[in-house]
Amino acid sequence: MRSREIISILGIVIIAALALWINLAPNQMALGRDVSFRLGLDLQGGIQVLLRANDPDVDREQMEIARGVIERRVNALGVGETVVQVAGNDRLIVELPGVDGPEQAVETLRGTGRLEFIDSQGQYLPPGAVIRTTGSPNPALPEGIEEIQSLDDLGPVFESITDGADLDTSAVQPAFSQGGVAGSRPAVSFAFTGESAQRLAAFTARNVGQPMCIVLDNVVISCPQINAALRDGSGVIEVNDVNDRDNILNQLKYGALPVPLVVETSRSVTATLGQESVESSVIAGSIGLSLVAIYMIAFYRFPGLLATLALALYVLMSFALYRLIPITLTLPGIAGFVLSIGLAVDANVLIFSRLREEYRRGRDIHSALEFGFEESWSAIRDSSVSTLITSIVLFIFGNSFGVSIIQGFALTLGLGILLSLFTAVVVTRTFLRLSTPIFRDDRAWIFGIDRTKPAVAPSTAEAI
Amino acid sequence: MLEQLVKRRYWWFVLSLVMILPGLYFLLLHPLITTGQPRFGLRPSIDFSGGALWEVRFAERAPGELGSSEVGAAFAAAGFDNAQVQMSQVDLDGTPIVTALVRTRPLNEQTPLQDRQAVEAALNEQIGAAAIERLESVGPTVSQESTRSAVLAVVGASLMILLYLTWAFRKAPHPVRYGMCAIISMVHDVVIIIGVAAIFSTFNPRFEVDALFLTALLTILSFSVHDTIVVFDRVRENLLARQPDQEFGDLVNHSIVQTLPRSINTQMTTFFTLTALLFFGGETIQNFVLILLIGLIVGTYSSIFNAAQILVVWEHREWKNWFGRGRRDHEKPATV
Repeated sequence: MRSREIISILGIVIIAALALWINLAPNQMALGRDVSFRLGLDLQGGIQVLLRANDPDVDREQMEIARGVIERRVNALGVGETVVQVAGNDRLIVELPGVDGPEQAVETLRGTGRLEFIDSQGQYLPPGAVIRTTGSPNPALPEGIEEIQSLDDLGPVFESITDGADLDTSAVQPAFSQGGVAGSRPAVSFAFTGESAQRLAAFTARNVGQPMCIVLDNVVISCPQINAALRDGSGVIEVNDVNDRDNILNQLKYGALPVPLVVETSRSVTATLGQESVESSVIAGSIGLSLVAIYMIAFYRFPGLLATLALALYVLMSFALYRLIPITLTLPGIAGFVLSIGLAVDANVLIFSRLREEYRRGRDIHSALEFGFEESWSAIRDSSVSTLITSIVLFIFGNSFGVSIIQGFALTLGLGILLSLFTAVVVTRTFLRLSTPIFRDDRAWIFGIDRTKPAVAPSTAEAI
Repeated sequence: MLEQLVKRRYWWFVLSLVMILPGLYFLLLHPLITTGQPRFGLRPSIDFSGGALWEVRFAERAPGELGSSEVGAAFAAAGFDNAQVQMSQVDLDGTPIVTALVRTRPLNEQTPLQDRQAVEAALNEQIGAAAIERLESVGPTVSQESTRSAVLAVVGASLMILLYLTWAFRKAPHPVRYGMCAIISMVHDVVIIIGVAAIFSTFNPRFEVDALFLTALLTILSFSVHDTIVVFDRVRENLLARQPDQEFGDLVNHSIVQTLPRSINTQMTTFFTLTALLFFGGETIQNFVLILLIGLIVGTYSSIFNAAQILVVWEHREWKNWFGRGRRDHEKPATV
C-alpha cells in the first residue's frame, strides 16, 4: 500500500465523516449555520408570484423602492425563507413558503399601503405592534406569537383620523423643528388634504399634549406627542435622531408603493399536496438506489460493491451540500438528483468495463486497473463537460423564466456531475487500488472478471 | 450480428425514419387535416400559452358521482367560461378523493384574489366542500418570453456542445465531424421526442408541453451527447492506433462493440432510477419522467446505431452516390 492511497483514504474518511456530521447535526445546526433541508414551494406548500409594475416607464430606482416596501410587508407576515427580488426591468418575484391563504397574503403585499393617523385614546402604543383601526379592522395576524390567536387578541379597534389616500406625498420632507423643550430636533414634515386635513385639524386642536399614533399597514410606526393643533392638516413629526427620521420619511413617502403592481403569474400549492410529493419522491429515490446497487453488485461483483459504497458516499455528500449551500429542493430538483445517481454510476461502469477489457487482454490486475482509469478518463471528462454545459444553460434559462423549478433541476444535476467526478475518480479508484492485494487469479470471479472467456469484443476485422 | 452494426447502417437509418415519421405526422399533418390550419400538434401548457391551472379536491363527493360538466358549470358561474375539466381521483390514507384539474383563462391581473374567491364560492355552493390544492396562473407576456427562452436554450446548448466537442476531438482527424455527427444524432433524438409529445398530445388529454417537458428535452439532449461521446472517444482512441489496412467502417464498428457493455449497463441503471420515479415519484412529474425515459432509450439507440455510422457516411462521402449509382454500389467498399 503506497502512501498516496493512505492519504486518499484518510481524505475520503474525513469527507464522509464531515458529510455524516452535517446530515445528522443535532438541531440542524452545523458550522454555525442552519443546515435543515430547504424545501421548495411545490414541496412545502406556499405561493410564488411574479408582480409586474403596471407602468411601462418604471425605472430601476422605483423597482428597488417597491422591493423594499414589499420586503417590509413580507417580513411583517412572519414566515421564514421568503424571497423578494427584482427580475428584469419591471418585475418582482415574491415567494412565500408555507403560508395559508396564499392569495390573500399576496393581496396584502401588493396593496398600496395604508397610512393612518389614529386616536390612540391617550396611549403611547409600542412601535411595531399590530393594531386594528376603523379604516382596516381585519389585519393579517402576526404569526408566531402565542398570545395572538384571533382578531380579538389584537385589542380594541382604534379610530382612524385620516385616510392614507389624502396624504400629499410631495409635502413629505425632511425638516428640523425649531424650539420646543428639547431644542432643535430632526423632524419630518407632512400635509394632508381634503377631509383628512379637516379631521386632523379638529382632533389635534382637542388633544394638545396627548399622543397620536402613526400607523402604516396596521403596524404602529410611532406615537408622537401633539405639540400644537395642526390647523391646515399639515405639520411636523419630531423624532429623536436622523435614522428615525429617514425611516419615517421613507414609510410616509413610499409606504404606498411607488408604482401599482399587478399579479402577472402566480403558482400556489397547499402543504398537503407538497407533503404527498415529498413522500412519493423519498420512496422513488430509495427504490431506485436499491435497484442500482443490486444491479451493480450482481453484474460487477466486488467492484460493484465498491461502487455502491462510493454511491452511498455520493448520496451523503450531495445531501450535505444541499443543506450547507443551501439548495432549495423542488420536485424536479429531486428528479435531477435521482438522475445524477445514474450519471455517478456511469463513470464507474466506464471504468469497470475498461478494467475487464484490459484484464481479458492479458494484463495483470494492477496494470489493468491503471489502464482502466487512464483510458476511461477522456470519455468521463467529455461526457461530464457536455452535461455540465446543459445544466448551465438550463440554469440561465430557468432564471429568465422566473420559475425556480427549472433552476432546481439544473442545480442538482450540475452539482451531481461535479460530485460524481469526485466519487468516480478519487473514491472508486482509491477503493479499487486498496483492494488489489486481496486479488488472486483463482479468485477472479470476485472481481467479475474472467480470463478463460475471450474478450467480448473481437475486432470485426478479425471476425470477417 | 454485432459486426453488422456499421455495414447495415442504412437499415438503421430507415428504422430511425420509421420512428420519426409518425411523430412528424402528428406534429405537422394531423393538426392541418383535423383543423385545416397549419399549427403544431403539441398541447402547450400554461407556461407557454398563458392561462390558469386549478387542482381542486372534493371531499364530500364519491368518485364517479361528479361529472366534469358540473365542475365546468361552477367555473362558468364564477366568470371562467370554457373551462377544460379533467376528473381523476387520488388515494388519501385509503379513501379515494375526487380531484379535478381545470384549465381556464389566467386570473385577472388586478383582482386575482376575487377571481379565486368567486370560484371557491361557486364550487362550494353548486358542488359542496371544495379545496383548491394548487392554482397556477401565467400571464400572456411571461408565456411569450418563456417560449422565446425555450428556443434560445435548445439552440444555445447545442452550439456550446458543438464547440466543446470540436475542441475535445481536436487531435483526431476532422474534429468538426465529431461535433456535427453528435449534433445530428442529438437532433434525431429531439425530433423523435417532440414527435412522441405530439402523439401524446393527440391521444392523452392529460399530457401537455410545459417547462418541465423542456427541461426533460434538454436533459435528453445532453445524455444523448454523453452516450455518443463515449463511442466517439473509442473511435478516436482506435484511430490513433489504427493499422494501415484497417477499414474505417470496421474500426468504427469495433469501437461501438467495445463500448456496448458500458452503454447497456448505464442505460440499465438510469432505467431503474427513472422507472422507480415513474411509478412512485408522484403524479406531478409523471409526464416528465416518462419523456425522460423514452428519451434515454432513444438516445442510447442513436448512439449505438446512428451517430458513429454517420461518421462513416461522412468519411466515405457517400451522399455523392445517393442520387447517382444508388446505394448498393457504394456499400461495397465498406464491406470488402
